[in-house]
Amino acid sequence: MSLPFYVSPEQLMQDKAEYARKGIGRGKSIVVVEYENGILLMAENPSASLSKIGEIYDRIAFAGVGKFSEFDQLRKIGVRYADVKGYSYSRDDVRAKALANAYSQAIGDAFTRELKPLEVEIVVAEVGDPRLAGHERNAIYRVQFDGSITDHQGWCVIGGSADSLAAHLQAHYRADLPLGDCMNLGRQALQRATNGEPRIPIQNLEVCVLERPRPGRKFRRLSADELGGILDA
Amino acid sequence: MRLREGYQGSSFTELLETSSPGLRPFASAPSQGGVPLVGSLSVPHGTTVLGLRIEAGVIVAGDRLATEGYRVASRDIQKVFATDGHSLMAIAGAAGPAIEMAKIMRVELEHYEKIEGEALELEGKANKLSQMIRQNLPAAMQGLVVVPIFAGYDKRRMVGRVWKFDVTGGRYEEAEFETTGSGGLYAKESLKKSWRPDLPREAGVRIALQALLDAADEDRGTGGVDVVRGIYPNIFVCEAAGIDEIPAERVAELHRELLAARARR
Repeated sequence: MSLPFYVSPEQLMQDKAEYARKGIGRGKSIVVVEYENGILLMAENPSASLSKIGEIYDRIAFAGVGKFSEFDQLRKIGVRYADVKGYSYSRDDVRAKALANAYSQAIGDAFTRELKPLEVEIVVAEVGDPRLAGHERNAIYRVQFDGSITDHQGWCVIGGSADSLAAHLQAHYRADLPLGDCMNLGRQALQRATNGEPRIPIQNLEVCVLERPRPGRKFRRLSADELGGILDA
Repeated sequence: MRLREGYQGSSFTELLETSSPGLRPFASAPSQGGVPLVGSLSVPHGTTVLGLRIEAGVIVAGDRLATEGYRVASRDIQKVFATDGHSLMAIAGAAGPAIEMAKIMRVELEHYEKIEGEALELEGKANKLSQMIRQNLPAAMQGLVVVPIFAGYDKRRMVGRVWKFDVTGGRYEEAEFETTGSGGLYAKESLKKSWRPDLPREAGVRIALQALLDAADEDRGTGGVDVVRGIYPNIFVCEAAGIDEIPAERVAELHRELLAARARR
């Protein structure tokens, strides 16, 4: 069998996009929701050690779906980028917008240049700091497998069943929810991926928050005990 | 930002070495034909800091004075830094490189924790610091000496631990206490008389303050308490729950008590 001489760019991109979508679609979703005191990041993740959500910098968190090795690599690159920037300038100069743009460039570059696109979709979330003029607002950016970047207010969903989760959040999200309500909302949304049944057990939830009132590093991972105290079993 | 390129490890200092060598700290001090240019340079120096073990952890404290030869460079410099949630570093020596070392130490520990998903062990942190001091050796040979104290709460062994260092990066764990800086000798003599095993927190804070006052009494380079300007030593306590700085008002109160006790003698 001989290889075809010519593949149109449209066809090539379509094939790559389809390949990436398939990879991402197999995985579980992540919801990112703003609440009263910060931003909640919640994933369905049966593994306790292979995290999908991570800390990037003082006010910035990362969440990724798709192929673990690929989004974890992106997370580490983000940490390196942020730490070098914060070291050479100041800690307040590390912002989600610049980081999300850098991700968008890198992922877009891999999509066009490399044979295999990255099978990932990521969120970069930044919690606002009311003490810093111009930094008060939260920011949530989503970067897709082809490098396309969007910004979101209130909430954002990535991963396999993003559409049905988004519909749920669209209908039920309210601004300034307390953390407990927000976590229940996030869990309900994640359950939409499995039509609400069976209920996702607490040990299969990975929950992290960017808490505005904390000094310095705002990122915190909630333990299973804490989750048990807030969510219904 | 590039994928799958560049440094892949979890150390921040190594990352700087490979990806941004221009930002690398501890480059050797400038020399001309083998003659160091720094020897004659006058730079601010930090003076007295100390670390001691108490029952539930450690206390690290330092005075606030920086001197440049016989002049005061700063009256309210900070010499004790929290390098993460359970470790502290106190600096003495050339203030510029020492503060830089504390800053990069903090980034280093945080960087490792974020990349690896878990924090270094306390011993690992002390070891990393000793490598940094060793890297600073060329600059130290030319006068920019940095000799910190590192202390923290070891979450595995559930005790406070204190390390001292020498200029070559030698790392020595101390079972009781350690002091460094120009007034370090006097502070050590003071602690030698007052330290005992299993000190409660309050008593530990008191003898740390007393040691700094004793050092300030004998050593012109050590700041002590500046009542007029309201400048008090920094005293940090690190225990299982984390790090607290003793508020200046409380240090002022302890200072008054110590003075009153001395006046009675």
